[in-house]
Amino acid sequence: MADASYPDDLKYHPEHDWVRLSDDGTATFGITWFAQEALGELVFFDPPEVGKRVSKDEPYAEVESVKAVSDVIAPLSGEIVEVNGGLGDAPETINDDPYEKGWMVKVRLSDVQEVDALMDAAAYQEILT
Amino acid sequence: MLGSGPVLAASSETLKRTPLHDRHAAAGAKLVPFAGWEMPVQYASIREEHRAVRSDVGIFDVSHMGEIETSGPGAEAFLQRILSNDVTKIARDGAQYSVLTREDGGVLDDLFTYKLGDDRFLTVTNAANHVKDLAWFERHSDGFDVTLRDRLHELGMIAVQGPRARALVQELTPEGELPARMRTAHLTVAGAPGTLVAGTGYTGEEGVELLVAAEHAGSVWDALTARGAKPVGLAARDTLRLEVCFHLYGNDLSEERGPIEAGLGWCCKEETAFVGAEAVAEARRAGHAEKLVAFVIDGPGIARQGNPVMGGGEVTSGTLSPSLEVGIGMAYVPQDHVEPGTRMEIDVRGKVRSAVVKSKPLYSKETA
Repeated sequence: MADASYPDDLKYHPEHDWVRLSDDGTATFGITWFAQEALGELVFFDPPEVGKRVSKDEPYAEVESVKAVSDVIAPLSGEIVEVNGGLGDAPETINDDPYEKGWMVKVRLSDVQEVDALMDAAAYQEILT
Repeated sequence: MLGSGPVLAASSETLKRTPLHDRHAAAGAKLVPFAGWEMPVQYASIREEHRAVRSDVGIFDVSHMGEIETSGPGAEAFLQRILSNDVTKIARDGAQYSVLTREDGGVLDDLFTYKLGDDRFLTVTNAANHVKDLAWFERHSDGFDVTLRDRLHELGMIAVQGPRARALVQELTPEGELPARMRTAHLTVAGAPGTLVAGTGYTGEEGVELLVAAEHAGSVWDALTARGAKPVGLAARDTLRLEVCFHLYGNDLSEERGPIEAGLGWCCKEETAFVGAEAVAEARRAGHAEKLVAFVIDGPGIARQGNPVMGGGEVTSGTLSPSLEVGIGMAYVPQDHVEPGTRMEIDVRGKVRSAVVKSKPLYSKETA
């Protein structure tokens, strides 16, 4: 498992999700280092379908560790345009590399202003302490 | 993420601690509330802990389990009255599995009883049931010449399990042979005198369980880890037991279910006239609407406790099997769906998952 890290170029949601914003109006979602550490080794990722709409603060996918299942909460609203298919066979990628290879979905954002409600890395780390 | 699952549950100051609590904290274990105790659910990796037990040796702190000592001239007759199995068949220094049933046959607990002497027995209880069991023992002891003693806080309990378990414990036991499977012996283990060594376990592997005076539990634990035994938490204890289809009270057993439907008729000897024997005999004769089966998920997904079986029934235990790399579990299903090979569908949080009934155990060394 990787060491704790919270990259500065990401935005964060209090339910332990991260967002990487692109210039083309899309964003990539994933879960933070804290989230994967709390869940433990992930053994199953149940992906949503491309084309499905997600709403900020609502669940859009499920991850399971050996012991428990958890919803993954959407940090922003929009339409899913791509799903990380590699996680189906190797959900542990989320533990190994939560911010790069462990990304979950790419979403075309419906309301870019929602980004203002997210936290930067420093503010997110504040809520972890 | 929703952080509401048991893995994120906060621990409370009122939780009881085992004599090994400081070892778990020092090892960086994730400690969670379990049946009123603060227990290690995992140290680093559930899968690595699971594999250590299957391939080498793992140790478990199960000091939260309770012990009731029954002694006196009436001890055997008393236990025969409340335990489902035939207590007179336990060999001196033997061990026996049984259930404790209500008058209506509902299961109060499942327990191992060790015979320490002709009129002295030690019964190991599940942590969540210990107080209830003690009250049940006391309530039924009228008219029997017995003394009951709660030994929960005197004793630590360490399970040593895996292909290397017996050799490892023997190394630490310079005088005396370890007991055979389902036998016990009092030995000095790692300098702890009078340790009750039992050839029992909950993993399907070779091994022993050590009932050790609480003040010696730490040094025994240290001696085992110093020789390479891997500490294993409750999470892997659950995956290990489910692969070999051992029942977990609170999941697969409850007061609302009887031993026959749970597949535990083999440890019920109704001719001994134990409390609940008539109800058990009737259930054996008439049958139950449902029976506990083992299943394997056919495809993706992991069924969990409480998931409904479509067409009737319910999953009582479900997890990912680290040995088989597939979702496994046990479920109560209607009698016409119990044959191995029967297909079933499980509603896993709104998604239909296909599963197949399998014969027990789901994992064995021979098929691995």
